[in-house]
Amino acid sequence: MSILIDRTTPVLVQGISGKIGSFHTKEMRAYGTNVVGGVVPGRGGETVEGVPVFDTVKEAARLTGATTSVVFVPPPFAADAIMEAADAGLKTCITITDGIPAHDMIRVKRYMRRYRSEARMRLIGPNCAGIISPGQALVGIMPDHIYLPGSVGVVGRSGTLGYEAASQMKELGIGISTSVGIGGDPINGSSFTDILALFEEDPDTSAVVMIGEIGGPQEAEAAEFVRTSMTKPVVAYVAGLSAPKGRTMGHAGAIISAFGESASEKVEILREVGVTIAATPSAIGETIAGVIEQAA
Amino acid sequence: MDIHEYQAKEILAGFGVPTPRGGLAYSPEQAAYRAREIGGDKWVVKAQVHTGGRGKAGGIIVCENEHEVLEAANTLFGRKLVTHQTGPAGKTVYRLYVEGAVAIAKEYYLGFVLDRKSERVMVVASAAGGMEIEEIAASKPETIVRSVVEPAVGMQAFQAREIAFGLGIAPAQIQQVVETIIASYKAFGELDATMVEINPLAVTEDGSILALDAKMTFDDNALYRRPDISELRDKSQEDPRETRAADRGLSYVGLDGQIGCIVNGAGLAMATMDMIKLAGGEPANFLDIGGGATPERVAKAFRLVLSDENVQAILVNIFAGINRCDWVAEGIVQALEDTPVDVPLVVRLAGTNVEEGRKILTRSGLPIIRAATLAEAAERAVAAWQNSQKHNVKIVVAS
Repeated sequence: MSILIDRTTPVLVQGISGKIGSFHTKEMRAYGTNVVGGVVPGRGGETVEGVPVFDTVKEAARLTGATTSVVFVPPPFAADAIMEAADAGLKTCITITDGIPAHDMIRVKRYMRRYRSEARMRLIGPNCAGIISPGQALVGIMPDHIYLPGSVGVVGRSGTLGYEAASQMKELGIGISTSVGIGGDPINGSSFTDILALFEEDPDTSAVVMIGEIGGPQEAEAAEFVRTSMTKPVVAYVAGLSAPKGRTMGHAGAIISAFGESASEKVEILREVGVTIAATPSAIGETIAGVIEQAA
Repeated sequence: MDIHEYQAKEILAGFGVPTPRGGLAYSPEQAAYRAREIGGDKWVVKAQVHTGGRGKAGGIIVCENEHEVLEAANTLFGRKLVTHQTGPAGKTVYRLYVEGAVAIAKEYYLGFVLDRKSERVMVVASAAGGMEIEEIAASKPETIVRSVVEPAVGMQAFQAREIAFGLGIAPAQIQQVVETIIASYKAFGELDATMVEINPLAVTEDGSILALDAKMTFDDNALYRRPDISELRDKSQEDPRETRAADRGLSYVGLDGQIGCIVNGAGLAMATMDMIKLAGGEPANFLDIGGGATPERVAKAFRLVLSDENVQAILVNIFAGINRCDWVAEGIVQALEDTPVDVPLVVRLAGTNVEEGRKILTRSGLPIIRAATLAEAAERAVAAWQNSQKHNVKIVVAS
């Protein structure tokens, strides 16, 4: 099993006709993802990569039964696309788009609150690599061959650093139940805590690797969740030990602007609640291997 | 993106925030002329640089006649102001703002930020104005008033009143402060700001409210729809390395170390810097060339990193996904043929088609030190830096 997506999950691609959207549609389908449709306003009735295109998310969801979408829509129109997905009643929306204005994300998050929490769409991203449940489905842009199926959940902000962790784990023969990229933006859909909660409930996930970075309160909030609600072992690495205060390090959200937002402070907060810390990014694989061995 | 104090004041005044009379000057003569234009018998000459702490660094000078204004301007123009925010390089003063001085009765702090916890705009205010907010938070946290704004309806008058009363504003000034708070919030929301700070917000001795200093920061991701704001960019206030990078579409942050980094992805770039530090070196920069790592981007990255004179070794760390290692390797070889690198170069490739990529690097015969893992790459880069001096290196190709 897995969280959020599996081999049966029917997926829509919002922005399927663009270069990036069509390329990754092909990759996702090659991996076995159940891509049932695409959405491009004004292009309904066409076909892209063998997939039917619809004008609106509502129509696409009604006719295909899709529950999940992946957004490749360019930044100026991405917030609108996410709200359209929420209003169409989708369960999950994974937004890959990088560069959405922060004020748009405030509006998106506020808009999503108009639905009762049971009916509220779960947003993953933006500015993320997506989700992969190895051996089952890929909804995102990651290179699939570096992920081995297994029972470790992975959640992180960064794309390529997540790849680094996955390939270290593969080298050691450690498989992954699901890997979720929550993205590098200051205001994002799902937090570390949201995803940790899903892994905690997933019977086929036995341990979690969490890859944080400087900036924002989400690692500290995750530490509080681990302390109160997590029974499964958690390994963490926090990137940005050498990052100076007040400078944005690539990701819009990777900036130390308050107390508790530096890598060393986050590491301390996580260590205190019993999270096993990977001291270096090169040691993520061996650290989770050690934790699994101990638990066995 | 940051802007200057005078620009922030102009914007805020446009939304209805009261500001003192002032004028911009590009020369000492112009500063004196501005002082005469403003009138009165006391002026403040303020260096326009993108940093806080200007007062402590000597960037703000109070003058009582035109001669003093001229002298103050002579002192400030072309000077490098070094504050706790600028780093040792400092920031050069090319513009001055001359303002009529006012008699201050009381100073407040008024700030607006994107609060990542509530995912909304938060107002942070304090009766201990004039100090930096970090200082206030450390020494007088009890004076801080916070208020989160509901995005669906925006800042309401009652909320602004609560903040004003919370600051202990006298009844005679409440309305003015409420208007200032609402106006600043409007500017924040309508212009895609990520930070607005009025510090101090002063009550003058004659009972009026004035924004004596103002700072605004804007969301880079929203500049496409704020052309008027984009025009306020002042490249003279940026690290020239960062300006070059931004103009080439690369994400770069200049640091003080000796090992230049070229990495794809922000998280991996930070992780690579961490590894260098753990291996005993210091990174010269953060550089994310983007997930794609195309040959053109690699070539641009080499030129950018080499333009930093402090760089004595380069570490390239690429985790290739959809873009394959063989393609990235060809890009590196091509870039090195066009832009010879005269410092030790360590390359670590991982991901799709890694064997092919490594073969291409070996076959090129270029003096590239290869590494298989992130740890190995950092250790080799640090060792190469320690063993070599710029412009006079023997490079061994690792097998």
